[in-house]
Amino acid sequence: MERFPAQPLHHLDVLWIQVAGTLCNLSCTHCFVTCGPGERRHPMMSRGEVRARVAEALGMGVREFYFTGGEPFLHPDLIEILEDTLASAPATVLTNGTLLTASRIESLRRLSDESRSSLEIRVSLDGLDAAAHDAFRGAGAFARTIEGLRDLEASGLLPIVTVTHTGDDDPLVFRERCLHALGALGLSRPRIKTLPMFRLGRETTRTRGYAEIESLRDLPESAFDPHRLQCGSCRAVSAKGVHVCPLLVDEPGGRMGERLDQTLTPFKLSHGACFTCYVTGMTCGNG
Amino acid sequence: MRLAAFGGIYSNHLALAAVLEDLRQGGSDLAWCLGDLGGFGPHPDRAVAALRSSGIPTLRGNMDDSVGHARGDCDCGYTDPRDNAFAQRSYDYTLAHTSPEHRAWMRDLPECHRLEAGGRRVLLCHGSPRRVNEFLWESACSDAFLEWMCAEHGADLLLCSHTGLHWHRALPSGRHVVNVGTIGRPANDGRTEVWYARVELEDGVRVDFRSVAYDHESLAREMESEALPPEFVETIRTGWWTTCLENLPAKERRAGRF
Ligand code: SF4
Ligand code: SF4
Ligand SMILES: [Fe+2]
Repeated sequence: MERFPAQPLHHLDVLWIQVAGTLCNLSCTHCFVTCGPGERRHPMMSRGEVRARVAEALGMGVREFYFTGGEPFLHPDLIEILEDTLASAPATVLTNGTLLTASRIESLRRLSDESRSSLEIRVSLDGLDAAAHDAFRGAGAFARTIEGLRDLEASGLLPIVTVTHTGDDDPLVFRERCLHALGALGLSRPRIKTLPMFRLGRETTRTRGYAEIESLRDLPESAFDPHRLQCGSCRAVSAKGVHVCPLLVDEPGGRMGERLDQTLTPFKLSHGACFTCYVTGMTCGNG
Repeated sequence: MRLAAFGGIYSNHLALAAVLEDLRQGGSDLAWCLGDLGGFGPHPDRAVAALRSSGIPTLRGNMDDSVGHARGDCDCGYTDPRDNAFAQRSYDYTLAHTSPEHRAWMRDLPECHRLEAGGRRVLLCHGSPRRVNEFLWESACSDAFLEWMCAEHGADLLLCSHTGLHWHRALPSGRHVVNVGTIGRPANDGRTEVWYARVELEDGVRVDFRSVAYDHESLAREMESEALPPEFVETIRTGWWTTCLENLPAKERRAGRF
């Protein structure tokens, strides 16, 4: 019989909310949830649905919330949803940064000032110039995202820039390169987070999916640290239910139940993506 | 009962001396040090010797656990590579300059401590009760989370340190969480003073934070003559964090200069 490590949920620190479903204004060639303009496999969540999920998680002692999609800023009620959430907990929005109008940024800054909790805006970049970034995201995306980042910074929102780190250069060297490139683009205080590439969704056709050996099958117990992976402290909700983590919202086997209290059981780490998490020790969170 | 607590000495023996003097005048019934004796500053043995001779009970922070056991790094819990590079430089210096006798003493320090005062269960820890290097930032913790943590660990009053920024939250249930700050590094507020907490437990909980001035210029010069990173020295002279700040949440980051 195949054996995989089982990851216990120690406590629900973090709840991911796929507020925009799979709807996105871009359709990136590497999108790990296969999002795009016509993609409605996961519908948007209503403000009421999100409010109920937030209450459910607060009842379990959750520390903070992350909003994803697709593209959260396509949601007509996103500002209100953030306002609801920030009344009781910190919130982070993950965005492609192309839909940050002046009035949205103004609203975000107001929400941030009015709340005791931090509001984090996290913007994804896949390359440090238009050629590299737009190869994944489509022509013109880089220019709009950089403009969005500049406007966020000008408003004092201090965005976090998430950069996909695909090469194998030293993390410190890579960080300095990012900082230098962003500085040249007019960003003076970017906060940088690097993420590995996951072989999920559209990325499986752009390059390839996980190979047979990229697996935690038969991992010796002594090689498994139950306190290292993010799924020991998070769950993700979409309109379709509760999933183990934000990476597996659209993968077979990722859905664990309807209510959060039905998903407290250990999760069998049998997905190829679990291999990437294990090898890199990554977390999708800000830290 | 008046309880004083400070954390994060980070080898700042001059700030420690000033805090000990402030404590002598402040009339607390009991004082605790919440750990992290070395790192960042110069001549780590000076602060440890002064702390030990003060007799103030002390918790084992992540730094003390690492130095005590001569581990490879300080286990501060940073994720940014630049933060980690700076943390490594100060850790290597600290480990190399801490006497074996002090290191043996650190190994035996408790990780948490419980006491009862004013009818409340008080829990002292370094990062959080569940993890020595957990960062409890004011703007990154919901009430729900802090309530859960207190309930889970049987605390009506939770005292912690590790992050370097002091704050107090009175929770809806009547519980309290206090991050006492650190006395080794200023609080990223453009002031050179350092901070610790005093809690009065009697008909409720009253918390006040004390800012303590010390001869920071002498410390800065000692750090320079020990060839510690100029970025650290700048923080001592200006009160603004220059390193180890990438994991600050947006609100706390915005309050600083860098
Ligand atoms: S990667 Fe992000 S921006 Fe690109 S299609 Fe997917 S959700 Fe949209
Ligand atoms: S993909 Fe990563 S976070 Fe998700 S279940 Fe697997 S190991 Fe956990
Ligand atoms: Fe610490």
